[in-house]
Amino acid sequence: MTAVESSVATLDPEEARRLRRERLERIGSWVLPLAIMVLAIWLWDRICVWNEIPQYILPRPGVVLQTLYNDAALLFGSLLVTLRITFLGLLLAVVGGVGLAVLFAQSKWVEMSFFPFAIVLQVTPIVAIFPLINIYVDNQTAKLLLCAWIVAFFPILSNTTLGLNSVDRNLRDLFRLNGATRWQELWHLRLPAAMPYFLGGLKIAGGLSLIGAVVAEFVAGASGQSSGLASRIIEAGYRLNAPRLFAALILISLAGIVIFLVLSLVSHLILRRWHESALKQER
Amino acid sequence: MVPSTTVPGMEGSGKPLLSLRAVGKTFSNGVTALSNVDMTIREGDFLSLLGPSGCGKSTALRIIAGLTAPTTGTLDWSRKPGEESSVGFVFQEPTLLPWASVFDNVWLPLRLKGVSRSDAAPAVSQLLERVHLSGFENAVPRELSGGMKMRVSIARALVTKPRVLLMDEPFAALDEITRFKLNNDLLELWQDERFTVVFVTHSVFESVFLSNRIVVMAARPGRVFQEVEVDAPYPRDEAFRTSPAYAALCRQASDVLVSAINSTHGAAA
Repeated sequence: MTAVESSVATLDPEEARRLRRERLERIGSWVLPLAIMVLAIWLWDRICVWNEIPQYILPRPGVVLQTLYNDAALLFGSLLVTLRITFLGLLLAVVGGVGLAVLFAQSKWVEMSFFPFAIVLQVTPIVAIFPLINIYVDNQTAKLLLCAWIVAFFPILSNTTLGLNSVDRNLRDLFRLNGATRWQELWHLRLPAAMPYFLGGLKIAGGLSLIGAVVAEFVAGASGQSSGLASRIIEAGYRLNAPRLFAALILISLAGIVIFLVLSLVSHLILRRWHESALKQER
Repeated sequence: MVPSTTVPGMEGSGKPLLSLRAVGKTFSNGVTALSNVDMTIREGDFLSLLGPSGCGKSTALRIIAGLTAPTTGTLDWSRKPGEESSVGFVFQEPTLLPWASVFDNVWLPLRLKGVSRSDAAPAVSQLLERVHLSGFENAVPRELSGGMKMRVSIARALVTKPRVLLMDEPFAALDEITRFKLNNDLLELWQDERFTVVFVTHSVFESVFLSNRIVVMAARPGRVFQEVEVDAPYPRDEAFRTSPAYAALCRQASDVLVSAINSTHGAAA
């Protein structure tokens, strides 16, 4: 009893308040968003009931969940198709983005000459480019991949380029003093230094790759050739099958969230020992 | 300027190792950082370049390192045939690879020369012991204090056994207690290993404590103003830091530095 009392007594009121607030924040950061989410779903359900909205306009959450279960085989099959395009697109974006960034880092002239092309690709809406891709590329998978790649590669390219060029001048001098080759400087200095920038770009690219894949399917799916989640949505829209439409939408959303979380985790694991962004804030 | 003579019993003052002859540096923006600098660095010297900011101390160091080419004049290395003019460089900041462990940071210069981790291990471990960092091999820089990071930086500069260790205000950002400690440890290391040091500083006290010769520089344009011999025996320790002899030497160097600073305004050198 005395031990407990003395340990309490060592905390002054201000520190005790701070401790309490921290504990509350820790719990709140989980509970609050969850509670709001549950409330929103409940409200959605109530609005359907109170206004007697027909199922083909706005289905109740329970119905959507039921559809997710009933149509699982169809929907998850489609999800797999979309995810395959997303990941392949992201992979190509990483290879292309990092590869081009390394090329740009070799010479300012290369960067100045080719960066405008990258920007043109980035700023032109993919939906506007797709009809062209549709004409020039025959293979369905290649079409979608190209789309996902165009959307996703830019953040990786621009971030990695920035990272490769942000190396401490003294460290570069140190490498010069020790007679490092271009390749050694790239491998031992520039690439590790660019890692935090690259991972930041990767997090953005992960989400964009999914968007690219879905948009591509939408545009291509209009001609009924695709079997990804986007084509399920279009199909369900035509058939006024709103529950399936919602179910597909939720799956896409969840996929995006999972991709983001996984990439955040990867980033944290790589940077946790040394980079400011991954360090716990000290009081 | 009177050519300095060898002081008997001193650690340094061996054969000439490197001579700067009429070295000048003018940057593309028209600023003359160095003008007509003559300087001889002898084997075993602990030579300090002391001067106000803008006197070209750091530029001189970069020219010696080979990081900057002089606009005029030459550098003469006295070396045996086939021998490299290797230098170790310690920057103002620790300049470590933040993602690499202490061991990997010290290994880096050897690694770039193709020495494997296991082959480098004895040399790296021995140096880490010399700078009092045994047991920190696997720590990353952010886990170390400012002084410890500087020790890693010094170990890294020495791992290739360079003929000259170039130090560019290495302890300027450290607190005084840490700086004194590092001064002592650096002197101890220097006396044991007998490498040559060129040490840039703007602290009179630091230059007198460490070096056997001080080259006082003046600014606009950066030039050698006067050379001061520090006539005090090694080893120098905490007792030396509080001795009247040290105070007198500091005063002497300080007077020269003040004249150097005034010469910039008066134009008489």
